Formats: sequence, structure tokens, C-alpha cells
Amino acid sequence: MSDLFSKSAHELMSLLRQGKTSSVEITQSVLDRIKEVEPDVRAFVSLDEEAALESARRADSLLASGASSPLTGIPIAIKDNMCFKGRRTTCGSKILENFKPPYNATVVEKLEREGMVILGSANMDEFAMGSSTETSHWGPTRNPWGLDLTPGGSSGGSAASVAACETTVSLGSDTGGSIRLPASYCGVSGMKPTYGSVSRFGLVAYASSLDQIGPFARDVNDIALLLNLICGHDPMDSTSAPVNHPDFTAFLNTSVGGMTIGAPSQFLEKIENRDVENVLADAKRVFEDLGVKFIELSLPHLDYGIAAYYVIAPCEASSNLARYDGVKYGFRAPDVEGMIDMYCKSRAAGFGQEVKRRIMLGTYALSSGYYDAYYLKAAKIRTLITEDFKKAFESCDAILCPTAPAPAFRIGEKIDDPMQMYLTDVFTIPVNMAGLPGISIPGGLSSEGLPIGIQLIASHFKESKLIQLSSAFQNCAKRHLARPSLKVN
Amino acid sequence: MEYEAVIGLEIHAQLLTDSKAFCSCSTRFGAQPNMNTCPICQGMPGTLPVFNRKALEFTIKMALACNCRINEFSRFARKNYYYPDLPKNYQISQYELPISEHGWVMVETESGQRKIGITRIHMEEDAGKLVHDEFKPVSYVDLNRTGVPLIEIVSEPDMRSPEEAASYLKTLHSVLVYLRICDGNMEEGSFRCDANVSLRPVGTTALGTKTELKNMNSFRNVQRGLQYEIERHTDVLRDGGRIVQETRLFDPVTGSTVSMRSKEQAHDYRYFPDPDLLPLHVPEEWVDQIRQTLPELPAEKKERFISEFGIPSYDAGVLTASRELAEYFEEVVKSFNNPKSVSNWIMTEFMRALKADEKSFSQIFVKPSQLASLLQMIEEGKISGKIAKTVFDDMWATGEDPAKIVQEKGLMQVSDTSELENIILQILKDNPNEVSKYLSGKTQVMGFFVGQAMKASKGKANPGMLNKLLAEQLSKLSQG
Amino acid sequence: MKITPEQVDYVAVLGRLHLTQEEKAKYLSQLDDILKYMDTLAEVDTENVPPMASPVELFNPLRDDVVKPSLPIEAALSNAPSIEGTSFKVPKIID
Ligand SMILES: [Mg+2]
Ligand SMILES: [Zn+2]
Repeated sequence: MSDLFSKSAHELMSLLRQGKTSSVEITQSVLDRIKEVEPDVRAFVSLDEEAALESARRADSLLASGASSPLTGIPIAIKDNMCFKGRRTTCGSKILENFKPPYNATVVEKLEREGMVILGSANMDEFAMGSSTETSHWGPTRNPWGLDLTPGGSSGGSAASVAACETTVSLGSDTGGSIRLPASYCGVSGMKPTYGSVSRFGLVAYASSLDQIGPFARDVNDIALLLNLICGHDPMDSTSAPVNHPDFTAFLNTSVGGMTIGAPSQFLEKIENRDVENVLADAKRVFEDLGVKFIELSLPHLDYGIAAYYVIAPCEASSNLARYDGVKYGFRAPDVEGMIDMYCKSRAAGFGQEVKRRIMLGTYALSSGYYDAYYLKAAKIRTLITEDFKKAFESCDAILCPTAPAPAFRIGEKIDDPMQMYLTDVFTIPVNMAGLPGISIPGGLSSEGLPIGIQLIASHFKESKLIQLSSAFQNCAKRHLARPSLKVN
Repeated sequence: MEYEAVIGLEIHAQLLTDSKAFCSCSTRFGAQPNMNTCPICQGMPGTLPVFNRKALEFTIKMALACNCRINEFSRFARKNYYYPDLPKNYQISQYELPISEHGWVMVETESGQRKIGITRIHMEEDAGKLVHDEFKPVSYVDLNRTGVPLIEIVSEPDMRSPEEAASYLKTLHSVLVYLRICDGNMEEGSFRCDANVSLRPVGTTALGTKTELKNMNSFRNVQRGLQYEIERHTDVLRDGGRIVQETRLFDPVTGSTVSMRSKEQAHDYRYFPDPDLLPLHVPEEWVDQIRQTLPELPAEKKERFISEFGIPSYDAGVLTASRELAEYFEEVVKSFNNPKSVSNWIMTEFMRALKADEKSFSQIFVKPSQLASLLQMIEEGKISGKIAKTVFDDMWATGEDPAKIVQEKGLMQVSDTSELENIILQILKDNPNEVSKYLSGKTQVMGFFVGQAMKASKGKANPGMLNKLLAEQLSKLSQG
Repeated sequence: MKITPEQVDYVAVLGRLHLTQEEKAKYLSQLDDILKYMDTLAEVDTENVPPMASPVELFNPLRDDVVKPSLPIEAALSNAPSIEGTSFKVPKIID
């Protein structure tokens, strides 16, 4: 079969179970595809073909022995901020360019136990700070829908690799929209689960109270399969939720008639792009046809989401990134005079501009005399935003809004204007602030043929409702089938 | 102008848990640097802390022993500062909402008991160790100690003299050891103390500018450091100068303090709630449960020793200053019920030997039951008090039973009348001059005969019997 | 709030970042823009609103006090830029 690389995980699973293909064959097909398109897309930071084929062979013997799990033998890419034992994990940064963790992240451990084939680490904005994957030390990833466009960020490599069929599925992380934005820009599905659903142990921290790992796939069915694998309590993560997650695949292909979706006026007011407006209106019609009821909502504190986020996230980041000092691991500047000089020069040379900007911002906002006006104020507003959502979910099953204000922007377009870059996350950030689950699924194409995602948000630990609604939308509208026509040299 | 010192102490005590505060590495220090480290205590990217229940229990124990209020809700905060022995470059500590607040302890001072307030007791993680190279401009980082749980005990500025400060420190030290939550070793740093000191004119209440003293690794040095600093402040103020708020290091060699000013910038710790840890919840029922497990504390034990054993307050104070000493005393009394005599022995011979050997209780050979049999032998007149001291030295060195030592070395007291009579007759015969002196009325030569008889018996003569027989023989001669 | 060049210097020292003059100038103006935007937060009445440090509404879990093996020493030091014996080696702090 020559098109194995373009198939979804659930399709491959059934082929594997029927003995019509092998994990080695699938992996080889994906590796060939990578060879073909990676010079254009540049989605990966690290790739280990030999290790991938070795995992595939192990998966095949598991499959043959009947001891396999649902996703055994399926290729997956992980974001470069998930610790992979003995393998380079750089977080897109020079400061970790040679870092090989001596331990596995809990999610990586789960993928390995499942027998999935980890292809390598996907590119990202440095320390997940960015909305375009341009701040990576390894250079930008390109959007498969237009190589001069960004794939969004920070999980741009994870999204682009799935969109370009360089992997079957992938994992990303989402702190302010870093899964959903690139999913929207690259025309794939991506979910940020409830904060606490997926262990953060081994996820290199950007902003600890906002970071959450989640899946990318070319359809919602695969998202459900991956959620089944990665969700669950982890005693190694004190913020991990001790809840029983349902079988998410049970919510695929079920009726959504009678469900209620809220449309917050504060979100709708912000839509300036005609294509985004059309896609959203179209999505609303689809849902209405499926028997979903729409209600109007108000989330009064939503407008303060970005300002509060860009206080809290940099504050936490300034502390989380203090450990990169050239003492125990990571880059150390040569030619230094004493300890403090070593710190300052190693960090100056090891971090890129955006990371330094956020460290400066967070350090300032926590410093003596400013804490109350910035960190504390933002933390209080976070309470208000969360309460707004809680109230909203008393009258609806999910909220529908755009994922991004516009389709993908060009590489270089916003890199020197941090404020403009920050505003691309206007629809996604409030979800992280409240710790809610959110999914971006392909909603349609712009007049220029670029993908536009729609976002569904549910209340805490109601990922199942997102699967149910997304699956129904996908089955009906089939927007997820649109593929980029990558011109291959 | 007369000044009064205002002193507050900040104590850091390492908790005796098996594993570290936020990871499962052993708290026992490996011989080799960095043997007891893992990705978590090395602060590797992606790692997260999970809190040790026992460290929380221990903190609550200390808080209860210090009459603190236990906060039902408390939380961890990050204290941000860069230092190579702090791998994350922030310390997980507590800031707003510590585990406990508002306590006090009673402290013995020259002017009687005083109540010293305790502001807060909170939990935090220890840093690692930095060793500076003697010759090259490099330092070596050992993270074995990183992440060991500490409690920080902050006092109110309630102490007025170095003696009071030392007394407070000793009180808290013995409470920690009684609770078995800290080994109390000051030289090894498991019990550390920083002091804040300021001066103000007697009769005023406003606080003067304070300096912070560090690096005082013994009770005596705390006292010396404070004494020096108070004198320094006094001199500066009397000269019309101003005290600079700063941290100063005590130098035990010179007995002085020196400013720690360095290129290190002003401290701006940027405390904020640690997002990797959730609020701690300590329900009332749990506190009550822990309260039930509290052992008898030094002050209570002292009172009980006075009332139960009838020993003087001074003795009770000495014996209960150390939990192990107090327990030893009680064990001995169980087998030999003469508390005052036991207390005398422990406070003299036993403590002398303990000090001379610098031994810890676990290394002592003499079992309480053995000391009891020794005392029993004295009481029964089997050996003299003097012989007992040499027997004790043997016991201390070998751990042998006193009966066996006495037996083997033939130290049994001679109470056999005929044997003693023979000795006495011989002495009287050998010393006719002294006998005639006695007979002429100089009865003080009696002491000479006793000494000679003791010498002849190699100290084993039963002194009472010796005196009695000697008197009998001499009176025979005077009548004769 | 307006950020001053002195504050940029101070924050760079606190955050242990050696910044060039150009970087300082750039961050000064960018942080100023961002902070101006942040000032909208002051509009919100947050009287009696408790701050939220985490979206998790649970209490902290506690671990049993059980020792597990530490890293083998080679693994513990494998990423170190400089070691001597089994210690991390760093330049001395200059007073
Ligand atoms: Mg402290
Ligand atoms: Zn450890």
C-alpha cells in the first residue's frame, strides 16, 4: 500500500488487525513521506529512523502475539518539550541544544507502553513561547498549506507534521492556544484537554498553571483514541486530576440532537475577518441541522483574558526558566568571570529574543512593588474569568467560537511586533486561564483556500462533549478531508 | 544613653524523614557528591514536586509543641534567587499562609521564665552544598542535600540578651530532639540559626535598624556573635553613627562579625504561589490525631521528674535537657529505685565520661540495667563508692557487667570481721608511736589507722565495719 | 505603568540576563507597550475576589515517605557542562 502515510490511526489499526499491513510498512511509508516533504515543511527537530523502525518491529511482534493495545504500531511525533529518555529534548532552544533527559515524560512512557512508534521530536516556538513556531532555535516550520506561512504555534511542528502526513498523529502542548491555533492554521484537529487531565510530568514547563498536553490528528476519531491513551491520573504530577476518564471513542458518531451550544457575545464582537465569520456561521448552521440549540451568552471578563495571561504566564515562566543557568545541564557560555557572569552570559546567549522578553516581563511583574498591581491583579481576574465560564456552562453543553481571528499569517509578519503576535490568541487564552478543555477542528477554507478552525469549549472534564459535537460536525460537514497540495520538489 | 538589645531568631531544622521533601531520594548523605540525586531534586526540565506526608506531619508536631495555630489551609510559594546550590534557582518555601503561626515557648532565663513568641513555623526545601576550591577560582556543587525537608521557625523579636537567645535556642533544640523530628546536629548543619539584632534606647518601643547574623554553628557561637554585634551597634550608636541594615557573617576564629556585602544584588525574592503544588489542607481531626502522638516534652518531663522522683529542680533540669539522658535516667530508676542516687551518678560520673568521649547515646556500652546493678552493689555495701568509680570506668570501656568486673578483679568489699581484725592488729603492731599518741588523747590519729587499713585492704575494706572494729581494738588497748 | 531604563537594568540583573544596549532599548519600548496594555486590568473591580493560582480546585496530594533509587551517578552527571569527580564544577562567586 503506498498511501499508508496519509491514513488515520483508526484506519491503520484495522488494517493492522486484519494483517493487511505491518507497523514496519506503515513506519517506512511515513519515513519516506518525511524524506519527501520535510525539506519544505521542517516540522522536526530530531528524527531517529532506526529507532522508529526498531519500535515498529517490536510493535509487529506485539501485534503478532496478540498482546497489543489499540494504538500499537501507529507512528506519532511528540513536541520537542516532552522528555524522551536518552534522546535530545531541546524545547526549541539553544540553551538545551544537547540536553538528553535521563528520564521519560509520563506521556512518553505511555506511548512506549502502548507500543506506538515515536518518530521524533517536532519543532516548536522556543519554550513554547510564540504563536508561529518562528522563535525556535532550529528555524521556523512552514505551513503545508503555503510554505511562506507560519503553521501557528507554539506546537507548529506537531500540527504541520500531521497536516503534511509526516506522521499519523502527534502530541503538542497548549498554554495559551499552542495546540488549537496551529491546528486551525494547518487544517487538522487538536485538543487541549482539561488542565489536570494529562500528566505534565516530563513536559518542560513554560507556565505551569496553564500548560497542558494534548493530541493532534487528521480526524476526531483519532483524537478520541489518543485521549484514551494519555488522559489519566499521575502520582508524579500533584496537579493531575484523580478522575476516571470515560472511553472517549464511545462518544464518536452519536447523536447531538437536543444539545445546547452557547455563543458568547464578547467572542462574536471580536470577529473582524469575513472568512472566519462565514466559517463560523456555516458551522452554526451545520450544528442547527444536527438538532443543536444555540443560545446567547455573556462572558463579561473575557476582554481581560490576554492582559491577565501575559502577566501570569511570563511570571511563572520567569521562575520556571531560572533553572537554565549552565550549572547542571544545558548551554554554558565560555569565557566568563565568575559565577554571576556565567549565569548572565549563558542565559543571554542560550535564550532567544521572545524568551528573554517574557523573562523580563515576568520578572518585572513579580518584583517588589509591582506584584500587587500585576500578578495578584491578574490572578484575581483569572478567578472572574473562570466564574464567567462556570456560569455559562450552567446553560449550555459547549461554547462555539473561532479558534483564531484569521487564517495563517506569513512568516516574519508579526515577529517584531510582540503585541500583535499576542493578540492572535484572543480566542484560545481564556480557555487556559480557566483550565477548560477546548478543541479546534477544521471548519472550512478561506477565500484564499487556507484552513480556518472552529473552536468548541466545554466545562471541566467534559472532553467527551467536545468529542461528541466535533464527531457529529465532522461526519456531517467533512471539512477535515481537505488536504494541502504540498508541492514536492 | 543606655540601650537595650532586641533579638529575633530564625531557625532552620532538617527533618528526619527517610526521603526528600519533594522526591523519593534518600536523605542520608552519600559519601560521594550527587549520589542521592534524581531528575526532580536536580531541577531538571519537566520535573514536578510531590510532597512528603511525613514532612508535613513533623512540621505540625513542632508547631503543636510550640503552641502554634495550625492553619487549615496553607500553601507553597517559590522564593526566587540564583545560587549554584539551588538547582531550580528557586526554593520551594512558604510565604503567605504558612503551615502554622502565632505560637510561643517558655524559656529559662536568669530572671526566671520568659515567654518567647513564635511568629511562624513553615516548611521548605534545603539547598545543596557548595565547596570552594582552595587554589583555583572554582567551586564544586553537591546536590545530595538538595530537597531535604526543613522547617523554618521564626521567633518574635522577644529576646533581650545573648543569654536569652541561647536559652531559647537550646529549648527549641531539645523540643525538636524530643519529638524525634530532627537530629539536632549543629556542626553538620541539621540545626542552624540566623539572628536579627537591633538596639533601642531603654524605655522606648520603636525598633532600631537591624543586622542579620549568619554562620553561628554552635550555641556558644550564637552567644558570642550576638555579644559582638550588640557591642558593635552600641559603639556605632554612641559615636552618633548609623547602623546599616545588612547581613553579617560570624567568624568563630576572631569572634567578630563581618559584612557580607557582595556584587549580589539587593534581595528581591519575587515570592508567588508555586503553581506545581496545590494548597495544603490540614483538617482539625488530623491535627488532633497528631496531637495524640506527641511525646512528653522537656518542660513536662522536668515537672514530672520533680514530683514523681522527688529530685531537686536543678537535677530535673539537667536530666531532661536531653531526651536521651532523661530516658536513660528513667530506665536506671526502674531497676534501682533510689532516684537521687541515680541522678547524682548520672550528673557526675556518667556525664563526665560522656563528655570526655564525645560519644552519642547509641554508642554507649553501659546499659541502664548495668548502671543500676552497680548502684545496687554500692548500696548493699558490696563495694565502696570509690571502688565503684573504677568499676564504672571499666564498664564504660568494655560494657561488662559490674558484678563480673568486681569478681574478676577481686574488688569485693571486705566485710569479713576476722580478716579485717587481722589487718587492724597488724597495723597497730607496726605503728606503736601512733598508738601511744592515740592513747595519750590525740584521737585524730584515728584517720591515719583507717587510711593504713584501707591501703592494706587495697581499698576493699568496708569503711563502716573498719571504723567499728578499729574503735573496738583501740578501746581494748586503752583499757588494757 | 511606565517602565524606566533603570528598571530594565534592574530586572535584567534579577533575571540574570546579560543584555546589550540595543536589546535594552528594544525591551524598554516593547515592555512599555505591553505594560500599557496590561494597565487595562486596573479597570476591573477585584475587591473581595480571591486570586487563582491554579485551575485545580483540589488540595495537594501527599506522598508516603518511601525512598526510591536515585539516578545512577553517570546519568546524574551526563548533561553537566563541567564536572570534577562527581561534583558539578562552576566558576567561583566573585565578591
Ligand atoms: Mg528559609
Ligand atoms: Zn531526588
